[in-house]
Amino acid sequence: MPSPTVAETPTATPGPPAQRATTRSGRTALTFEQANRRLKWALLTPSLGFVALMIIFPLLFTLNLSLTDAFGAVNANNAYIGLQNFIDALTDTRRFWPAVWRTVYFTVGAVLLQTVLGLALAMLMRKAFRGMEIVRTILMVPLLATPVAIGILWLLILDPTNGIANHLLGFVGIPPQEFLGSVSQSLPTLMLIDVWQWTPMMTILLLAGLSTLPEEPEEAALMDGANAWQRFRYIILPMLRTTLLTALVLRGVDALKTFDIIYATKGPGGGSGFEAETLNVYAYGLTFDYQEYGLASAVLVLFTIFIVAIVVLLRRRTGRTSA
Amino acid sequence: MSTVTTVGAPSVSSPTKRPTAARRRRGRRRLWSWLRGVTIAVVCLLVALPIIWMIAAAFKTNVQVTDPSVGLVFSPTLENFRNAFADGAILGSMLNSLIVGVLSTVLSAILAVPAAWAVGRFSMGRTGSLVLVARIVPAISLLVPWYYLFAQIGLVGSYTVLVLSHMFVAVPLILWIMIGFFEGLPIELEEAARTDGLSAFGSFLRIALPLAAPGTAAAAVLAFIGSWNNFMFALILADENTLTMPVTLFNFISYASTDWGGLMAAATLMTVPVILAAIFGQRYLVAGLTAGATKG
Repeated sequence: MPSPTVAETPTATPGPPAQRATTRSGRTALTFEQANRRLKWALLTPSLGFVALMIIFPLLFTLNLSLTDAFGAVNANNAYIGLQNFIDALTDTRRFWPAVWRTVYFTVGAVLLQTVLGLALAMLMRKAFRGMEIVRTILMVPLLATPVAIGILWLLILDPTNGIANHLLGFVGIPPQEFLGSVSQSLPTLMLIDVWQWTPMMTILLLAGLSTLPEEPEEAALMDGANAWQRFRYIILPMLRTTLLTALVLRGVDALKTFDIIYATKGPGGGSGFEAETLNVYAYGLTFDYQEYGLASAVLVLFTIFIVAIVVLLRRRTGRTSA
Repeated sequence: MSTVTTVGAPSVSSPTKRPTAARRRRGRRRLWSWLRGVTIAVVCLLVALPIIWMIAAAFKTNVQVTDPSVGLVFSPTLENFRNAFADGAILGSMLNSLIVGVLSTVLSAILAVPAAWAVGRFSMGRTGSLVLVARIVPAISLLVPWYYLFAQIGLVGSYTVLVLSHMFVAVPLILWIMIGFFEGLPIELEEAARTDGLSAFGSFLRIALPLAAPGTAAAAVLAFIGSWNNFMFALILADENTLTMPVTLFNFISYASTDWGGLMAAATLMTVPVILAAIFGQRYLVAGLTAGATKG
């Protein structure tokens, strides 16, 4: 479009609409503005105040506890022992570090699988088809269902002697597996349960992302003879980047904190050999089973820093900082 | 996608047919759409079958439950549900879950919906970050201080403390969903109402809020389900009179692990509201679940 670049100086343009409105309605517009600001804060303060109250004091409390030798009771005369709890945690190769690795292993494995499967399914469901509504309804159920109930349901299915899973595996000649009953299979099994429950969430998120993409770039690529894989790899995937990373952050944070399913199926400590003990389960046990409040708080502080670091890292990769 | 090209190859080399390019493309497309349908159907089965298995097990006798050769065809019994309802603990904790869920959802919506409108209309982008912070912090790090604090004022074990803790999850969730929803509403209607003499708050109440009803409903349902499913807060903060369903269910695993039928009946009762929500609110819930995800 040809534009009169010479005439386009700030002085030549007519005043912005807002300014004209102000001059026309004069005084009222100004009080409007003030009233709006007051209203804005009046409406926002209760929510923000509530969340802040519920979070700021507890975090300071936990931070404070992490520097003490609190044991058995949080309000007894606890002595400050500096960073001893943090040193204890970070040098503990029996419970702490294995829990860290299990958390990382569980999260990375489950979220990666969910993302790949979820993206594949979203691509399949991208173009409308008959029964779309029914499929979406089915996909909604696992992600809305109660995690404890999900845990129980998989305990039944994966029961080593009476479960349907081993029964079905028998048909294809695979020997019975221990699943949640074994030390080595517990965490991978929990990962697969997580994948079952949350792949649909990934699909729903990515479908929403796909529906916002413009069609032109893909059509242009089609004209240029790009095949399906090329269009996906070089056109769709880059455009989907923001949604993909947001989905990764949301799911990643929840996966890192997974508790209900692990606790419901494996019990305290993630099993007798701690085989499914992630950081959250470890911190829970330290707190409520052993009353090691000082050490538990230190673990929780480290865990929080860990999660925040991952979120910041992922969000930086989106190239945007706003929420 | 690669399957399509490989399967399409033989028909190209077939000398007898000599299909035109257009027909070949049509055939390939038909095969592709058939493959797509089959794959989606298989995925749906994989997703649905465990749930169906749970519901079926709830209608089985304990002998049938532990015999995997009894599939989905059997004569159903209501025995498990009868036992579940006869057990006061299950009925009581279902009622507790309902009370805590409804109260925390309603109160959170009253707090968060106007706040979300304020953020959406007067654009304060940083609020979203606070919402994210509430999602990031591990709940356990809050539970000890909450327990300590609420024990000081004698609230541990009460509905109040459960409602407050569930509101801590629900308020950010509703804020997160509704900010995006209000931002998506055309501002012109509210501006028109205001030039007609409605105050800013009036335009929220009379114009924006009715328009946002579907979004609010979706946010409320998701908040309620979040509360309904919440396990950890009640595990610590409830007492035997205020125990919610997930904790009762969990306690069942430990001392009734042989009563699979009863467990499945209880788990089914927990899942029914969720399935109903998925069936009747699917479209709105999808909008709620994906709120804010595509904006980055």
